[in-house]
Amino acid sequence: MIYKAKASHIGGAFSVIDILTSLYLGNILKVSPDSPDAPDRDRLIFSKGHCTSALYAVLAMKGFFSKDLLERFGEDESLLLCHTSHHLPGVEFSTGSLGHGLSFATGCALAAKRLSRTWKTYAILSDGELNEGSTWEAIQSAAHLRLNNLVAVIDANRSQGLGNTDSVLKLTPLAGKFAAFNWDVIEIEGHDHEQILHATSIDRSEHDSPLCIIAHTTKGKGVNFMEGKLEWHYRSPNEKERDQALEQLSR
Amino acid sequence: MRQAFIEELTLLAETNLNLFLIVGDLGYSVVEPFAERFPDRFLNAGVAEQNMTGLAAGLASCGFHVFTYSIANFPTLRCLEQIRNDVCYHNLPVTVVSVGGGMAYGNLGYSHHATEDLAVTLPLPNIRVIAPGDPFETRLATRELCKKPGPSYLRLGKAREPTIHAAIDGIKDLRTLQILQEGSDVMLVSTGGILEQVKAAAERLTQSGICAGYSSSPYLKPFDEAGLLSIALKTKIIISVEEHGVGGLSSLISETLHRNNMNTLFRCLKTQTENYKFVGSQKHLRAKHGLDEEHISSFAMTCLADLADAT
Ligand SMILES: Cc1ncc(C[n+]2csc(CCOP(=O)(O)OP(=O)(O)O)c2C)c(N)n1
Repeated sequence: MIYKAKASHIGGAFSVIDILTSLYLGNILKVSPDSPDAPDRDRLIFSKGHCTSALYAVLAMKGFFSKDLLERFGEDESLLLCHTSHHLPGVEFSTGSLGHGLSFATGCALAAKRLSRTWKTYAILSDGELNEGSTWEAIQSAAHLRLNNLVAVIDANRSQGLGNTDSVLKLTPLAGKFAAFNWDVIEIEGHDHEQILHATSIDRSEHDSPLCIIAHTTKGKGVNFMEGKLEWHYRSPNEKERDQALEQLSR
Repeated sequence: MRQAFIEELTLLAETNLNLFLIVGDLGYSVVEPFAERFPDRFLNAGVAEQNMTGLAAGLASCGFHVFTYSIANFPTLRCLEQIRNDVCYHNLPVTVVSVGGGMAYGNLGYSHHATEDLAVTLPLPNIRVIAPGDPFETRLATRELCKKPGPSYLRLGKAREPTIHAAIDGIKDLRTLQILQEGSDVMLVSTGGILEQVKAAAERLTQSGICAGYSSSPYLKPFDEAGLLSIALKTKIIISVEEHGVGGLSSLISETLHRNNMNTLFRCLKTQTENYKFVGSQKHLRAKHGLDEEHISSFAMTCLADLADAT
């Protein structure tokens, strides 16, 4: 997809792909391609919309739309623009401007509470968008509202637009920050499906705060020449790099 | 107007179980009736307007019609991107309500004035933009918004605005230009709470023997183009009056006239950026910007005299 569209953000797509795969294909999320708008479905808000190629791929695998559509990523008249779009079945919320997802997710979780419904809401955030003040407004709000039906998963690849997160705007201690804002926090290895499945399926009914899962990940995971390299936030692979990457990923 | 709004909303919420009100930590002695009657459909989001608006969009996506309520610029400019992306682009039923449209918060200063809000909300997709001219228009606007929920901006004045319409039942269709008095020499067209000054100015002009009319345009989007064009055929000069800078009513009117090749003389009265430094009550500031009855009427006289000279 990214090669064909000459698109960016492959690094962040590879850091979040295991999280998405576990949630959708590991059947954590109660969603169904047969009724993408079912009122009581779980909601997943993908806030790091620039890495939407990963979400689209997983939604296609799940059956929300044909895998053929993926070939048209970023093309004229395609439904698949290069940021997350709600015009596609299975997508709750369009993103691309960082720092919007958690507020919207908070609204979905609050709606479930106020309507006495049981759906859960998951928000997937990048660590870079924790720079945004709006994200921290939402962090305060969700904890204040005691939304134990809300889970935020942070794709903590420690890298953002122009460098390492701590060198851009110091983020550590991240777990301590969420804890100080009255969230429950757990840290996991974000490419370990067992750990992701476990953390995202914890029964929260006895808790009275939202849960933050800090998933430690690697940007460009799975492709040795991409891992941890800032340039893969921007670059699109050429044909040779694509083939090498596919070869490494299929191992 | 805020009283009329909250009364209507509270009444409507009795039967419309989807109505939800979020405030940005204000509304003391205004929003309590709603909050007490419907605690499950009320939230104080705190001083956090971006989250208030994004959260409203989330609630709206799950079936609520959400009203966000704050002062002047706070529920619009402060969180414009949330209105644009989260609400309008997704076409979700969220109504942004601003109290203190224009310079209603007078001596609280520029930080508390809404003088660019129309310019930034009018271009947004799917939105309706409504600035009622009196408490009756406010009530009807609130009812219409609840009947047909969608992305919308309701720009209110503050408190104690006089009613200008004789009776609420006399308002046939709020979506049209509300002609309160016909005028073949000049027609003053206003939006929002400045209507009161416009009415007084029209009365002055009438006393001076001029056939002056005045009207209110509560709906700015969709804008009643047909109504404007029919005015343009019946009067010599159209003057728009609004407590807002460029990009609001004046822009809508000039664009409409131009696009339809109308050459009825058009002039506008609006706020000017160089006057934002002045301190004072709303009355005082309106005068500074030339938006009080005296300035409006003398401006109309001048325009008429110029027109007479030119022909
Ligand atoms: C509000 C906003 N500002 C700037 C950008 C441009 N932008 C795209 S991705 C990015 C940073 C990427 O870092 P991170 O958010 O941590 O994402 P990841 O490393 O997971 O790809 C920036 C600044 C944006 N999309 N939204």
